[in-house]
Amino acid sequence: MTMLLIRRFMLGATGAALALGGLSAPAYAQRDPAYEAARHAGVVGEKTDGYLGIAGAADASVRRMVEDINIKRRALYADKAQAAKATLEEYAITSGCLAIARTAPGEKYQAPDGAWQTRGAGAPLRDPRCP
Amino acid sequence: MTSMKMTNPRPPAKTYPMGEFRKWTGAMVMLGSLGSGGCVTVKAPDAPIVIELNINIKQEVIYRLSGDAGNTIDENKDIF
Repeated sequence: MTMLLIRRFMLGATGAALALGGLSAPAYAQRDPAYEAARHAGVVGEKTDGYLGIAGAADASVRRMVEDINIKRRALYADKAQAAKATLEEYAITSGCLAIARTAPGEKYQAPDGAWQTRGAGAPLRDPRCP
Repeated sequence: MTSMKMTNPRPPAKTYPMGEFRKWTGAMVMLGSLGSGGCVTVKAPDAPIVIELNINIKQEVIYRLSGDAGNTIDENKDIF
């Protein structure tokens, strides 16, 4: 019983340490250079559903990176959606709207018809419901 | 002997002749087929049909969430 309690305490302490570590890490981390390069090259693009997509010739490492980012995005959307009393899908779509609006010229994004577009100097083609 | 009666007894069930109804339906069907030249034509649309998967998500929801989602993107620049 005591061992169990000690174990629980240790687990709790580890969790607290991890949480503190997360807080003390730079709050606004920047993109990984590989991710930045893939965006710039138009290999990956922003989809309307709020996730990253493969828009060009992507090798296995890029595909893995996209999957990894999308898993992280999904977890983040789920967390934030619950806090905002919205569904995961609603939150993801809203984020997709904004992520497309924030693409830099030359980067790829998905138009409402599903086709990949290259962001020009003007506003991107977006769903009429986007803010 | 006194018989028990309800204050507002229901009238006996009525039957309507079937013939009248059938005649009118027949006339309507005839008129309908005359109007379209006797055959039904289905024309394919010229523009491709775009299936809107997220049609159930309302604009007001997106507007309500946009501020929050904007902050989320700002705070997680590594994955956006």
